[in-house]
Amino acid sequence: MKQAIKIGLIGGVVEVLLSLIGMIEAFSQRDIISHIISMGHTLLLLVVLFIGYLAAKGTPGRKPSWVLINGLTSGLMVGGGLALLVTMGGMMNLRKVFINASPLLYKLLTFDQGRNEGILLLLGGGVLSGLLAGLLSLAPSILRRVLIVSLGSVVGAGVLQDLLRPTVALWGSLAVVNEWLFSSNGLTSHGAIGLFALVTASSAFWAKKGNVIRSGLKSLPPARQRALKITALLLLIALLLGLPQLLGLFLSEVLTIIGLYVLLGLGLNIVVGFAGLLDLGYVAFFAIGAYTTGVLTSPELGFFNLSFWGALPFAIFMGVLSGVLLGVPVLKMRGDYLAIATLGFGEIIRILVLSDFLRPWLGGAQGIGKIAKAHIGSMELATPQQIYYLILAGCLLVGFISWRLRDSRLGRAWMAVREDEDVAQAMGINLSSTKLLAFATGAAFSALSGAIFASKLGSVYPHSFNVMISINILCLIIVGGMGSIPGVLVGAFALVGLPELLREFADYRLLVYGAALVAMMLLRPEGLWPEALRRRELHEGESTKTESVSGSESKST
Amino acid sequence: MWKRLRERTTPTDVVMWLIGAAILVLVIWGSTATLSGGKYSSSHWFDFVVFGLAQGSIYALIAMGYTMVYGILRMINFAHSEVFMSGPYTAYYVAAAFYSSGFLDRQPILSLIIIFLVSMATSTVIALLLERIAYRPLRTAPRLVPLITAIGASFFLQYTFRGLYGSGFQAYPVVKILEGEWMFGEFRILKFQAVVIVAAALLMAGLYTFIQRTRIGKAIRSVSEDKEASSLMGIDVDRMIVTTFVIGGMAAGAAGVLYAVMFKQVHFFMGFVPGIKAFTAAVLGGIGNIPGAMLGGIFLGLIESVGPTLFLDGLGIVAPYQLKDAIAFILLVLVLIFRPTGILGERVAIKKA
Amino acid sequence: MKRLLILLFILTLPVVHFVMSPSPASAQGKSAFKVEDPMGVVRVKPGEPIHIACWFVVAGPDASLGTDTKRGVEIAIDDKGGKVLGLPIKLTLQDTGCNAEGGQAAATKLAADPTIVAAIGSSCSSEARPGVPILWKAGIATVSPSGTSPDLTDPTKRGREFDGFLRTAHNDNVQGAVAAEFAWKQLKAKRAATIHDGSIYAEKLQAIFSETFKKLGGTITSQEAVAPTDTDMRPVLTKIATGKPEFIYYPVFIAAGGHITRQVKEVRGLEKVALMGADGIFSPDFYKAAGEAAVGMYHSSPDFSAFGAGYKTFVEKHQKKYGEKPIAPFHAHAYDAAMMIFAAIEKAAKKGPDGSLYIGRRALRDALYATKNFKGLTGNLTCDKQGDCADPRIAIYKTSAENIKSLVLPDKPFWKPY
Repeated sequence: MKQAIKIGLIGGVVEVLLSLIGMIEAFSQRDIISHIISMGHTLLLLVVLFIGYLAAKGTPGRKPSWVLINGLTSGLMVGGGLALLVTMGGMMNLRKVFINASPLLYKLLTFDQGRNEGILLLLGGGVLSGLLAGLLSLAPSILRRVLIVSLGSVVGAGVLQDLLRPTVALWGSLAVVNEWLFSSNGLTSHGAIGLFALVTASSAFWAKKGNVIRSGLKSLPPARQRALKITALLLLIALLLGLPQLLGLFLSEVLTIIGLYVLLGLGLNIVVGFAGLLDLGYVAFFAIGAYTTGVLTSPELGFFNLSFWGALPFAIFMGVLSGVLLGVPVLKMRGDYLAIATLGFGEIIRILVLSDFLRPWLGGAQGIGKIAKAHIGSMELATPQQIYYLILAGCLLVGFISWRLRDSRLGRAWMAVREDEDVAQAMGINLSSTKLLAFATGAAFSALSGAIFASKLGSVYPHSFNVMISINILCLIIVGGMGSIPGVLVGAFALVGLPELLREFADYRLLVYGAALVAMMLLRPEGLWPEALRRRELHEGESTKTESVSGSESKST
Repeated sequence: MWKRLRERTTPTDVVMWLIGAAILVLVIWGSTATLSGGKYSSSHWFDFVVFGLAQGSIYALIAMGYTMVYGILRMINFAHSEVFMSGPYTAYYVAAAFYSSGFLDRQPILSLIIIFLVSMATSTVIALLLERIAYRPLRTAPRLVPLITAIGASFFLQYTFRGLYGSGFQAYPVVKILEGEWMFGEFRILKFQAVVIVAAALLMAGLYTFIQRTRIGKAIRSVSEDKEASSLMGIDVDRMIVTTFVIGGMAAGAAGVLYAVMFKQVHFFMGFVPGIKAFTAAVLGGIGNIPGAMLGGIFLGLIESVGPTLFLDGLGIVAPYQLKDAIAFILLVLVLIFRPTGILGERVAIKKA
Repeated sequence: MKRLLILLFILTLPVVHFVMSPSPASAQGKSAFKVEDPMGVVRVKPGEPIHIACWFVVAGPDASLGTDTKRGVEIAIDDKGGKVLGLPIKLTLQDTGCNAEGGQAAATKLAADPTIVAAIGSSCSSEARPGVPILWKAGIATVSPSGTSPDLTDPTKRGREFDGFLRTAHNDNVQGAVAAEFAWKQLKAKRAATIHDGSIYAEKLQAIFSETFKKLGGTITSQEAVAPTDTDMRPVLTKIATGKPEFIYYPVFIAAGGHITRQVKEVRGLEKVALMGADGIFSPDFYKAAGEAAVGMYHSSPDFSAFGAGYKTFVEKHQKKYGEKPIAPFHAHAYDAAMMIFAAIEKAAKKGPDGSLYIGRRALRDALYATKNFKGLTGNLTCDKQGDCADPRIAIYKTSAENIKSLVLPDKPFWKPY
């Protein structure tokens, strides 16, 4: 009970905060289900459900009556928090300090019913949702999972409506789905019910029969299994090649951006993940790759006017060269000294390309325009759907290289340096060359990414190479799982892809991004797809168990 | 002797020394050219130094928070810049209320004290929340994990405050007694700059004595040396960590008001750049080392103010102030080449970094 | 195995459909009533909204620039009663981040949505360079309220891919030159210094100012640069003071502008120097940031003395709706951009027999380019062949103590070049 009140209070604070930072109001303009529920109200509801569920789940003994009472209490507290906000707002002008405490917000919070009725509604709604959450936590786990998945897909479809509609419209006769599912603002009500039913049915089917199918696959004779694997691989290749046509313009663009970050992430993964050298200025090499391409190809500066393919080797070479040059002074530094020195390099490069001093050669604040596009034969790679293939090829190549490097002699030396420099040196590893090779390889990948970036944009500006890029790349490799190659991919999808998709929630994109970073690290400190070794380290006590789980996971995927 | 030296020198050492020497030569060449140019009088240089000191003491105060948290938890508290921002931004509303009611002009000292207290209290609360929610559950996690939560928390706080208070600039009311200047012959010092420098110096001296002399300070130092041994000695490690965050938050809140007095603008993004600078200062001085953080902050402030003119103006480089951060970071690398663990931070860092 | 095959089959369905079905563009022309347009036609069915998209920077360090313009657009929609030709207006917004890659991604997102009729943006010129061609390829014309770089409308530098670009913001070429003429002719200044913040806008303005000022016979004592996030401007101002300028021109944005204005008076040798900024800091929020120090300062800005009343009510509406005064300079330009688009839609749209609205993309673009003597908040807008729509009459304003106190912009120009 006490616990439930505490959780409820936290929930109330969260809801009030959401209201005061303007999220509820901003999201209320869009409907999840047309004319029935807006995104703002959905957010309020989801928070109260989650809080109620938490409170109910934490009930000691799990006696049904207490579970329900706890859910109810916490729901009441959450509703009470909002009711308090509405009351306070009626008594004084909160807007002098909190600019989002507008009359519209109160109208939304009281469901347009006047203050007193609204407060009753809030309290009643809180109690009801809390009770519902309690019931949910009492339900059998299969039912609960199915319900959560279906509810999630309806909300997801509503949130991503502007993205799904143009994409579905591309799929020929499937486009009729659009008419049925979406109205001009939100899902249609029959669409929402239909989607809910569809997802419920299919996930219930999977929950029941999934294991049977999986074990059925496993018990196939080895030859059939291999054939199956090859088919799956071929299918994957076909999918990768066909993806841009399937997804249309914008999603292809998102894929290319993710691809660029995968390239960067794979590079930084070598420096930070393999060799354990914390580099906060990784954007420097990205900038060097981009600017080398720009200077060599742009007719605006008119120095060389090379083609993209002519400039690419130089870009990578400059990356490697600067990787070594910047690597030498920091060889003796460790940990955070290294971090700040590299951060400095990143800033120095950005400031230099921006400076009036180097303006005649690098374009200064006005940047460099008209950078050459890549050509294959006579075809110009200009649209995202075409550039996708260039980036895909780059990612496959770099992924292959880093996969081979990881298990090579050099890769093992890097990991030895990561674990303990002194011991590594005592074992006969040449620290200088090992570290420099890590910097150089990482820089080469980054410069490649930079060159493609410059050609894709057609212009480069100093402002694109700020310290936030370095930090973002670091976040993505750690969220993905440090040192893990598939982790980079997962991290890039989560930290680059999702914010790209949510571009229209602009004001709150970074807020959610920040909260998600914290939450992800608290829940999965080892990352979303960790390297097997690191996972073992983090869960030393339970190593045998996790080992078997990871074994089965890697087989099923 | 020579032979031994030759054997122990690797090619990378030579390259490193060459880089260091090249930077030094450039610095000396630039400085001589500027000084012999005669464009700047001694009072100009005095101005540059005072500007640098004032800016540097703010960096130093923020850097204290970084360095203390680093000392005790071995983590970069990236969200400290938001701890710094939250205080003065919240206290702005108090200051504005005082200003419009005329209280600020009637009782300037008392109002300033209240503003300081509000700012310090807010920053402390934010620092405590950070510790409790984002860092405490991750104490045993690998080193980079809390760094990522700190980055996440930093974003979250920035945009939360933006949502709460708006994305515009708020102008701090001018405190009349702090305006104006004092003249010492041809040398001049602005009143609020003197106040900022003195206040920061007093605060830092106070903090330093607190850490060195009091029981709590000793307990904190012992926890930063060895957590397990300290807990065996009967020190409550959790409480000491919380205390460290409280002290760091208070220092940041105070630095925030000094910043507001000097620059008179607050904004949700105002913490980012001073935060990075202060972190740099902490590393420059030797991270984990409190006097080092102060020294690093002052050094950085001075370089930013004096550096571009002194080193670059004589070389005929256009718009040198655009390059001031580049100069600061190049000198940082120079310092770290010869002292890889910062100016003052030798033993501590080698053992634990 | 069988189930798996079924699953695979379902997965491949969309591909097959895509390959076999006719493209959506040709499906559009089927209706009996025909509106043809070389760039395609948007059909808005009765009851459906007219979709206008913004691409502004609303997150990150430059967020206030885009947030401010977004509000301008929203107020324009409110003033329209939320409707054009009886149909509701739907406004969506994509964040651009004030960098080229953000502009490209946002523009691609807009280009992928066939319901978008027209766009407002970008915030920064760097976003426009990669973004505008993508939009125009999809037939979306875009009006920028704050992209001021001369290159964007320079006929020698922009190709056909910029045909869909217009702006209500002022071309830096116009503004920089007026500032130099004012300093030379009116103030009789012989020596001037400039400061920019590394943004495309400020760097270009000061370059044009310096060029013009030198051509008129003046001396530029130094051209300095700071970072937009810098706070301590005293060192750079001290350096400027050694050149003994009579005039400092700093066409930067509010944060840096506020710091420079406040700190100039604290630097010896600059007590009497004349200060001038551009429209980037001609806003109530700048008055707030700079305080008393801005008294006597000059700004170049469109001559909106004839429309001053409209601006005043705009600021009132803003305060009421958002709880604060405008936070950056280009909200009025954004308001005008939105109003221009609504007017053009009213001109270009055709109503079908089924009540649907048909808007030809090329026709809409042409209607926008044909805008003439449009009474906006920022003056009399007339679009030229390159898409520059801002009122070319730039005037100089002088800030008085009264302006600072009431946070209201001066209503009468101090000097006019024409």
